[in-house]
Amino acid sequence: MALYEHVFIARQDISSQQVEGLIDMMQAVLEENDGKITKIEYWGLKSLAYRVKKNRKGHYSLLNIDASHAAVAELERRISLNDDIIRSMTLRVDEHEADDSVQMRNKNRDERRGSRREDGGDRRRDDRPRGDDRPREDKPSEGEAS
Amino acid sequence: MSQGRRPFGRRKKSCPFSGPNAPVIDYKDTRLLQRYVSERGKIVPRRITAVSSKKQRELARAIKRSRFLSLMPYTVDQ
Repeated sequence: MALYEHVFIARQDISSQQVEGLIDMMQAVLEENDGKITKIEYWGLKSLAYRVKKNRKGHYSLLNIDASHAAVAELERRISLNDDIIRSMTLRVDEHEADDSVQMRNKNRDERRGSRREDGGDRRRDDRPRGDDRPREDKPSEGEAS
Repeated sequence: MSQGRRPFGRRKKSCPFSGPNAPVIDYKDTRLLQRYVSERGKIVPRRITAVSSKKQRELARAIKRSRFLSLMPYTVDQ
């Protein structure tokens, strides 16, 4: 069967338990059609880059799916009927990421950093590299041949 | 840029996504993609970033996916 990555954004004013409920619903839909979910990631309530259906924030989740096309088509149909899901995207992939995706790693790191911030005073140094991530029009810092 | 020594010491840049331990282009990695859009949110042309054309297509696709999922903005208004 084919491998898919599925990201969906749920409305901001539902709880994370309700998001789990949505995931259970999706799992049920897939299992009815002989598919399965191999990994679930909950990225948390993130702010959106622009407003989507009047929401400024949303609960992001990522599912790794191993299912037939028919199962995924049914899943997408059910999602389009659900008002709690404001956006979703399914992508066919050649292989799934074995460990956490970047978003999940960032989330975990931020949480660790947040806890360190309370007891330690060295957060200035940590915050520093973010400035370098800014786009530089004149000379990109990446890939200069040495 | 390709021929002779330039008086201002600008060297030929190589693609940041080619070669060993190059980063993987992923629509979920906004921190990486952020470097290839302007402050306005537009995709930076590859003549500035020196990304190879194959990787630039991949990059553009990733940025567009990221925008659809509202991880990155389509435009940044002043």
